Amino acid sequence: MGRITLDKVRKTFGDVEVIPPLDLTIEDGEFVVFVGPSGCGKSTLLRLIAGLEDVTSGQIRIDRQDATDLPPAKRGLAMVFQSYALYPHMSVRKNIAFPMKMAGLPQDEQDRRIEAAAKALNLTDYLDRKPGQLSGGQRQRVAIGRAIVREPAAFLFDEPLSNLDAALRVGMRLEISELHKRLATTMIYVTHDQVEAMTMADKIVVLRAGHIEQVGSPLELYNRPRNVFVAGFIGSPKMNLISGAEAEKHGAVTIGIRPEHLGISTESGLWKGVIGVSEHLGSDTFFHVTVEGLGEPLTVRASGEVSLKYGDIVWLTPNEVNLHRFNAEGLRIA
Amino acid sequence: MATKHARVAARFMISPAVLLLLGWMIVPLSMTLYFSFLRYNLLMPGMEEFTGLTNYRFFLTDPAFFAALTNTILLVGGVLLVTVVGGILLALLLDQPFFGQGIVRILVIAPFFVMPTVSALVWKNMFMNPVNGLFAHAAKALGLQPFDFLSAAPLTSIIGIVSWQWLPFATLILLTALQSLDQEQLEAAEMDGAPWIKRFWFIMLPHLARAITVVILIQTIFLLSVFAEILVTTNGGPGTASTNLTYLIYMQSLLQFDVGGGSAGGVVAIILANIVAIFLMRMIGKNLDA
Repeated sequence: MGRITLDKVRKTFGDVEVIPPLDLTIEDGEFVVFVGPSGCGKSTLLRLIAGLEDVTSGQIRIDRQDATDLPPAKRGLAMVFQSYALYPHMSVRKNIAFPMKMAGLPQDEQDRRIEAAAKALNLTDYLDRKPGQLSGGQRQRVAIGRAIVREPAAFLFDEPLSNLDAALRVGMRLEISELHKRLATTMIYVTHDQVEAMTMADKIVVLRAGHIEQVGSPLELYNRPRNVFVAGFIGSPKMNLISGAEAEKHGAVTIGIRPEHLGISTESGLWKGVIGVSEHLGSDTFFHVTVEGLGEPLTVRASGEVSLKYGDIVWLTPNEVNLHRFNAEGLRIA
Repeated sequence: MATKHARVAARFMISPAVLLLLGWMIVPLSMTLYFSFLRYNLLMPGMEEFTGLTNYRFFLTDPAFFAALTNTILLVGGVLLVTVVGGILLALLLDQPFFGQGIVRILVIAPFFVMPTVSALVWKNMFMNPVNGLFAHAAKALGLQPFDFLSAAPLTSIIGIVSWQWLPFATLILLTALQSLDQEQLEAAEMDGAPWIKRFWFIMLPHLARAITVVILIQTIFLLSVFAEILVTTNGGPGTASTNLTYLIYMQSLLQFDVGGGSAGGVVAIILANIVAIFLMRMIGKNLDA
C-alpha cells in the first residue's frame, strides 16, 4: 500500500522559500511524474517525501500514518538516484543485497529475492561484477534492483534517465513503465523532460518555483492546459503562443495553437509567412514559419515529406476548435 | 608519443635528469658498499684495509641490532596506527560543517610545518619535562606524582611526538578523500536503512581504503628513517630502549667512529627497507588498481 498525502508542506532554506505550502495526494499504485524546469523544486519535493530533507512545516502522511518526522529508512520507500549511487566496492549482488542485509533478512530469503530481481531486470549474468564494469543502462537496472528487493510502499525516481544516451533512455523508459504495470506499486518520478512525463505518467504534476501549476493526466494537460506556463511546457515541439492584435481578435490576451493544429497551404489562408528552417523527421516535417506581425516564428507540423523549402511563401490557418485562449493573468478562458 | 621520432626525442630529452638521478643514487650507494667491506675507523686514519664480511658479522650479532630492529618496527607500526585511526576520526570531525571551519583546518595542518627538531624539543622541555613540563604541572595540580615520560617510557613518548607530527598529513589526505565521497551514496545507504555506524563501515571506510594505503606507504618511507626526534630527546636511551636502526647506524659510525661498521649497518637497513617496500608496493599496487 502506498498512498502518500502532502498537507500544507512547506520548505525553506534559510530565508528562501523553495516550496510554499503545497497540498498533493498520490493514490496507491499511481505513476506520478513531477515535471518542471530546473530549479522548480521538484527534486526537493521528492527528497522531502523520502525524508532526506526535513519539512519546515506541514505534514506528510504515508498510508494515513504521519511520516513527517520518521527517518528515511522507516518510511518504507525506495529511491533511485540520478547518479545511481551504487556502492562501487561491492559486487552487483552485494549492492542489491545491501538493504536486505541492513534489515536483517535471512540469507535464503535474500538469495531468493536477488535471483528474482536479477531475472526480472536481466542482470543474472552480471551479479558478480562490480558497478565499474557495467554500462550505464546496466547500472541503472542495478539501482532499480536494489530498490525492488526492499518491496517498498512506493518507488522514488530522481531523474534516473538523464545520464543515459537517447536510445537507452527510450528503452529504460519502457522498462520502468513495464515494471510499474507488473508491480502495481506507487511510483513518483522526477524529470525535467516533458516527453518522459507524457509517456510514463498516470498523473503529471507540473511545478514552477515550488508551486503546483496543474495536476492531471497527460492528455488532460495536453488538451486543456490550465495556464500559459503549462501550455508552453507540455508538448514537443512547443505550442505556438501569440499575443497582441491577433489574440484580441479571439477575445484573449494570449492565444496558443499547437503545431499540428495549423494548416499549411501554398495558395491561401489566414496568415501569410515565409518558411525558415525546416526539420525533416521522416514521419513528420516541422517548419518554422515567420509571419509578419506575430512575433516569434510559428512551428507547423506537416505529415510526412512535404516539398517546401527555405524562403517559400506559405499561408497558415489555425484550426479554431483547437485554439487555446488565455486571459491577462495567463489563465485559460474556458 | 605517437611517432618513433617523438619517442626518441623524448628519451633524449629526459636522459640528463635520469643520469643525474642515477649518479645521485649510485655514488653514495657504492661508497657505502665499499666502506662496509673495509676496516675503517676515524680514530686510525690511513689504516683502512679490506676485511671481508667482518663488519656485517659484527653488526648483525650486536645485541643492540635486534633491539633497534624491534624498536624500528614498534615505532613505525605505532605511529601508523595512531595517525591512521586518529586521522580518520579527525577527518570525520572536520568534514562536519561548523563555525570557523577554515581556521580550524589550518590549525590542524600546522604541526606538519614545524621542523622535527623543534617539535621534539618543545615536547621534551615544555610538555614532558618532569619538573617544568605542562604534563608535570597538570599531574601536580591533581595531586599526582609527575611522570617522567622520556626515561620511563622513552619509545612510547617518541611514538607520541612523531604521531603528533604526522597526524596532520594523514588527516589532510583522509579529509580530501572523505570529501570526494559521493553524497548520494550515503543518502542511498540511509534510505537502505543503514544507521551511521554501518554507513561508516560499509560505505565510508571502503571509500577511504585507497587513501589509507597512500598514507601508510608514504609515512612508512619517512618513519623508517626517524632520527632527529630521537637525537634531541633520548639519545637512543636509556640503554637501547629508544634506539632505532637509523640511530644505531649513527652511533656506530659517528659516536664510535667505526665507519666500516656503520656502512655495513646502512647496507642492512637498505635491504630491510627494500623488503618492506616490496611488500607495501604489492599490497598497495593491488589497492590502487581497483
